[in-house]
This record gives sequence, C-alpha cells and structure tokens, in this order.
Amino acid sequence: MTVYAQPGQAESPVSFKSRYEHFIGGAWVAPVKGEYFEDVSPVNGKPFTEVARGTAEDIEAALDAAWAAAPTWNASTVTERAILLNKIADRMEENLETLAVAETWDNGKPVRECLAADIPLAIDHFRYFAGAIRAQEGRLSQLDEDTVAYHFHEPLGVVGQIIPWNFPILMGVWKLAPALAAGNCVVLKPAEQTPASILVLIELIQDLLPDGVVNVINGFGAEAGKPLAANPRIRKIAFTGETTTGRLIMQYASENIIPVTLELGGKSPNIFFDDVAAQKDDFYDKALEGFALFGLNQGEVCTCPSRALVQKGMYDEFVAAGLERVGKMVQGNPLDTATMVGAQASTDQLEKILSYLDIGKQEGAKVLTGGERLQLDGDLAEGYYVQPTIFEGTNSMRIFQEEIFGPVLSLTSFSDFDEAISIANDTLYGLGAGVWARTGNTAYRAGRAIQAGRVWVNNYHSYPAHAAFGGYKSSGIGRENHLMMLDHYQQTKNLLVSYSNSELGLF
Amino acid sequence: MPEAPKATANVVLEATAGPEDDVVRVGYTAAAVDLLRELWHRHGPLMFHQSGGCCDGSAPMCFAAGEFRTGTADVLLGTAELTDDDGAVLGPLELWISREQFKVWKHTRLTIDAVAGRGSGFSLEAPTGRRFLVRSELCAI
Repeated sequence: MTVYAQPGQAESPVSFKSRYEHFIGGAWVAPVKGEYFEDVSPVNGKPFTEVARGTAEDIEAALDAAWAAAPTWNASTVTERAILLNKIADRMEENLETLAVAETWDNGKPVRECLAADIPLAIDHFRYFAGAIRAQEGRLSQLDEDTVAYHFHEPLGVVGQIIPWNFPILMGVWKLAPALAAGNCVVLKPAEQTPASILVLIELIQDLLPDGVVNVINGFGAEAGKPLAANPRIRKIAFTGETTTGRLIMQYASENIIPVTLELGGKSPNIFFDDVAAQKDDFYDKALEGFALFGLNQGEVCTCPSRALVQKGMYDEFVAAGLERVGKMVQGNPLDTATMVGAQASTDQLEKILSYLDIGKQEGAKVLTGGERLQLDGDLAEGYYVQPTIFEGTNSMRIFQEEIFGPVLSLTSFSDFDEAISIANDTLYGLGAGVWARTGNTAYRAGRAIQAGRVWVNNYHSYPAHAAFGGYKSSGIGRENHLMMLDHYQQTKNLLVSYSNSELGLF
Repeated sequence: MPEAPKATANVVLEATAGPEDDVVRVGYTAAAVDLLRELWHRHGPLMFHQSGGCCDGSAPMCFAAGEFRTGTADVLLGTAELTDDDGAVLGPLELWISREQFKVWKHTRLTIDAVAGRGSGFSLEAPTGRRFLVRSELCAI
C-alpha cells in the first residue's frame, strides 16, 4: 500500500498552481472583474489554491471563443474528433496518478477509488465516444421509387455544461466526451466546491484542444452558472445537481427554447431477497459487499444504495453479517491507497449529514452503527469525516426519503415481492436500484418492476460506458454514458429529396 | 388549528403558515436572519425554494423574489416578515417546497440556519462563505 504525499510536497505527483484563471479560447484568461475564490481541500480543511471567480462577462467571452471555433469544429470530420478524444484518453492515462491525487485533494475521496474507478472510467469514456462517433450512421428512408428522406446528424453548435462536485473529473468527462464527439464546442462550469482538478486535466490536454472548442469558467452558480444556463447563445444545457436548480435551469431553458439534460439524484433501494442466504458462498459475500457499498465515495453518489430492503426470512443473520462487513471499511487519510472511505467534500456537506443524523434519531430510527462525526488526528483533524452509519427504521421517515449524500444507510425489512417493490417505488426519485437474488425470475421481475433508470442485478456501483444511465421521476431527463447521449448533443437534419422529373400535380 | 409546536430555542424569526398548511413550521435563526439582511441589501427582495436530491439537495435555495417560478406543483410553507437590524421592515420572505416533497416533510418543523460553507446551486449566499442549512424537528400534523 502507498500513501501519496500531499500536493505541494516534493514527492507528490501533482503540484497545484497558487492561482488558476479561466480557460477561454485556448488561453488562460484572468476574470474580467479580477476576483478569485479559495479552494479548500476537504482532506485537511485548508485552502490550497485560488480560482477565478467568473461572472457574466467571462461567460460572454467564453461564448465568443466557442462560437469563433464553432464553424471549424462543427464541420470537423468524425475521424478528427475521434483522434482528439483518443489523444486526450492517452494523455490522461499517462498522467493517471497526477489526476487521481488532484481529484482526491480537491474532493476528499480516497485515492484508491480515483486510481481504480474515476480516472480509468473517464479515460475509457473518451475512447468509447471516439468509437461511437466513428460507428454512427445517418439513416435514409425510401418513401417511394423517386423520393428519399435522408437523416443527417449535425452538431448543435455551442453547448453549456454545469458539473457537480462529487465526481468532478468523471462527471465533467461524461458530459464533455459526447458533446465533443458530436462536434460541439463547450462552455463548462465546474462546481465551486471542486474547481481545481478539472483545471489540472485541462492543463494536461490543452495542447491537444483546438482553441475555443473547450472553455472552462469557474465561479458561483448565481454569478457564473445563471449567465451560462440562461444564455441565448447556448443551444443546449446539461446539468447534474439537485431538483430546485434543475427546475430553475429548465425555466431558463424554456425562455430560449433549448433542450436540457438533467441528472438530479436519487434515493436508491438495494433489495436483498431471502435466497441470497441460501448458501454462505462467494455470492453471499458479494451481496454483503453490495450492502456495504453505501459507503462508496462517502455516500456522495447520486445512486448511493442508501435504502437497504432485506427480506424477513434472512433479516437478522444477513444484517448481522452486513454490519460486520461495514465494520471492515477502512476510513482515514484519502491519500492512503488502503483507505476506502475518505472525507466529505465540504464543511456544509458535513453539517447537512449531521443534521440528518439528528432527524433520524428524532424520528426514532435505531442506530445500528456509527451515527457521529469521525474525528481524525494530526493534520486531518480539521477534515470532514463521518462514521459510516446504519439506521433501522421505516420508509416514511425522512432519512428514507431524502438524499443525505453521506455514508448513511437506511435499513428496513419486507415480507414478500410485492411489499419489496412497493417500498422500493415509494420515493420521489428513480435513478438507481439494486436487486440481489439467486433466482433469475425474481431478479428479472424485480428489476423490471422498479421505477428507476438503472437497476443493478447482483452487482452495484458499476458504471461502464455503453450502459445507459439516467433517471425516472424526479431524477431527471436524458441518458448519459451511452451512445444514445449523442442524440442529446445533435440536431437532426432531414433532407427530403425528389428524384422525379414529374410535376407534383397539386397546382 | 393545532397548537404550534415549540419553537427551537434559537429561532428569532417565525413565519406564518402557508395557505395550504395549518402548522407554523418555518423559523429562522439569528445567523440566517443576519445573512438574509445582507443579501436583501445587495439583491433586493428574496425567496426560498427548498431543494431535494443530489449534491446540494435538501438545501434551502435563496433566490431573488420571483427568480424561481413556483406553480401548482409547489406548496408555500410559510411567509416571514423580515426586518432590518434597526427594526425597519424589509419585506415578506416566502419559503416554498415542491408538493411531492412536502408530502414526506410535513411531519417536520424547519429551522433555517446559516453555517460556514460553500455554495449550493444558484443560491445567492454561495459567494459569502456561508450557506443556508435546514434543521428539522418533529411536529404534530
């Protein structure tokens, strides 16, 4: 196991600059109003760099640059786009540790996860869309002997993207890769909690990017996000975040009549049927791991399996074994590759989780483990750590209905299939779900009955490219992580052509 | 009308109940009121919409009044009369929530607090280094 040095120390694979500007038109550009904001590492609660504080003026400059690049990039061949995406992927792969440590320092997540998941998935995502765009074909329909309807894919032009803080680089790439593959220029606003790691990525790839094709403006939602989302010069807006901002972005988009894609979170049920415990074999251990995965990324995942539904026949024994498994989660220094659960991303995120631990206790949920803030020693004493927590309760409690975005599991039991589905679907959201069963018919029927865009069957928290990801109900609109996302970044041009020399005969 | 639940000790401003609600359920702490006054002076009249879901979900989002369009899909939880530190009336401060979210929140009383922190969606307080936070208590319904 390795413990990476903190950024700024000599042996660290990443060295942050003391200040970052906007990235506009292929250059680093100071903010028009000259203001910057501090970026704090959740690992130790200390500021480590400052980042340009964008305003409407900077968004306009970025849109100028993007539209200046658009005539060329929009008309680029799919081969050129695929080459760019593959080169970006290669460059990221050559700098895996740099990006992984930068991500950990900005977000607080364990470097183990960045090395094994976030960055490799981001790399693969570029390669996937490089392949997908090469393989995409337009369609044609022969309407009669001499009449043909051709359908061409065209880029939208310039698009806006607003990125969340929980997977700053991966969520950025989920949006960037399909947009670039489809031939669009992009103005991207990272989250104000995690503005720096994406800029480390941009520094690494800036020589590959044609000027103006990718522009990054940092800043706060009201100051930089709104001027982007409400701008009449974007042809589409993509957002990952929460419901109120999602609705606000739709309201802005309605003013400009542009499409939106939204990913707005969930309260994902993870259902364990009795036959899981029929044998104490590898599959049983896998299911117990699935039970414990609410701790992945400190619970800061839109698809966190934050509601465990365990069937009554095996409840006591399975929950006891699950608690033991949760007790083995290694929590601590995120830069240690042995660490599985790191720091929450911000102090206010920590406060919010603590407020939910409080309401859970008030509502009478029973704390089976955890339930408190975790205080680490030494340099990490000011970091934002929470004990993995399991509440036993009922689905009407607020801790079962709201996304806590922390390592907090709400656990309940069910009698039969119908009750499991009823509890699972009793939620405002429909992003992810898990089903664990040895019987294929049960697993299949449960998977189809759950109202969620992604149901993992006998696995969880896997995000391979080419498996569509998106929400039902209040969880959003659109499907990322799949070639169908290209549709969300493309216009359809229909050319309706007559090859006949005869008159229509109407006039 | 049921008796109003006991106010949290540190609530300094209480909202009157919304038209669809018979429970006084929204209060503001001194830290929240201070931040609201500051934002009111900078941005003019304000409103809240309580969010749900991913990342910054469950945060009360503060906007310029009217910036977020509410409709039949929303419930007005309460209106507080915000005053300045000299007692001068600034104006009414509404707090809204989506109707579907209200259904799962209605057994709780909400205290809007302000804590050190960074950002939440398009909420106006983000650049101040403080952010609004909702604290909840059970109440009779």
